[in-house]
Amino acid sequence: MAEADLKDSTNEFAKLFSEKASELMGRLEKNDLAGAVGLIQDLQKVRDENLYQEIGQLTRALHESIKNFKLDSNIQGAGSDIDEAQEGLQYVVEMTAKAANKTMDKVDESMPLSEAIANEAFEIQQEWTRFLNKDMNANEFRELTKRISTFLSNTDTNTRKLNAHLSDILLAQDFQDLTGQVIQRITTMITDVEARLVNLVAMAGHVDQMTGIQHGEIDVPVDENDPMKGVGPQLNAEDNEDVASNQDEVDDLLSSLGF
Amino acid sequence: MKILVVDDFSTMRRIIKNLLRDLGFTNTQEADDGSTALPMLQSGDFDFLVTDWNMPGMTGIELLKHVREDERLKTLPVLMVTAEAKRDQIVAAAQAGVNGYVVKPFTAAVLKEKIEKIFERVDG
Repeated sequence: MAEADLKDSTNEFAKLFSEKASELMGRLEKNDLAGAVGLIQDLQKVRDENLYQEIGQLTRALHESIKNFKLDSNIQGAGSDIDEAQEGLQYVVEMTAKAANKTMDKVDESMPLSEAIANEAFEIQQEWTRFLNKDMNANEFRELTKRISTFLSNTDTNTRKLNAHLSDILLAQDFQDLTGQVIQRITTMITDVEARLVNLVAMAGHVDQMTGIQHGEIDVPVDENDPMKGVGPQLNAEDNEDVASNQDEVDDLLSSLGF
Repeated sequence: MKILVVDDFSTMRRIIKNLLRDLGFTNTQEADDGSTALPMLQSGDFDFLVTDWNMPGMTGIELLKHVREDERLKTLPVLMVTAEAKRDQIVAAAQAGVNGYVVKPFTAAVLKEKIEKIFERVDG
């Protein structure tokens, strides 16, 4: 609709221009200088009016875009989309850092355990080979049996610890689900802002053409954020009364419902 | 005990499956959203459903409602494991007939506690 209006008014303006141009030629041939100047002034007036209308339209569209995208947090009082994106990315950084540190901590705790098992197994194997080769006296053999007994007991304890660490490492990967959801939301927001900016650039281009009025409604998709569709992790759960910030609050809410 | 784990993130499905295995539940299957999960539930003999909320296609809350409307599935125990933490959402899940609600990020201990609680109630 906006494009069609633009084309019509451009054509109208062009038609008017060509009509007035031939009239201007006629007046100049008749040496009617005052009439010719009057015609030029009329043309100037029409052009100015079109230009003002176009600039007004562009200004309004720009304002709408800023308002609809909450680019300026002062306009609606709420946090802007840019603020939300920054908070979201900060959340991603914190969650990924926490997961990485936790994983590395557990690896650091695990490696000495597996190294100790490997070293002791290697040494016992050397002694065991000596025993098999009958290159060991009775006293040495008694020492070896004690050592094997201790090793088996330690290995039992250490491998259980290793399993617990591996389980913690696995759990530390849960950040990927949560950060993935936050990043997907920010990506959508950026795509929308880009589309608006492209539209504004197109409108600014029309000003150059000094054309007629554009009544095109700015088609801004309303962000419903329907909670039943799922809204992802809450970034400021502690500050928001409508949000349960941890499992205990969820449990309290459910038990208040007779759960 | 045959369990269906529904989450759009494979990492989270893997975490939940591993935790379930540690709890002694080894017979688990996976689906990545409600519309994949529902036919699996309808044609399989699942004893327990663990589902996320926010998923493309059919969400977890929609899946829960479909399960409760299905004559054969309506008593299936359902545990929601989700990042959705708005009070309205938790109330809506309770009204739709969820058996347990765990918010992400969660610990192995919390998951274990909620699962045990569900089976205590189901068995008792």
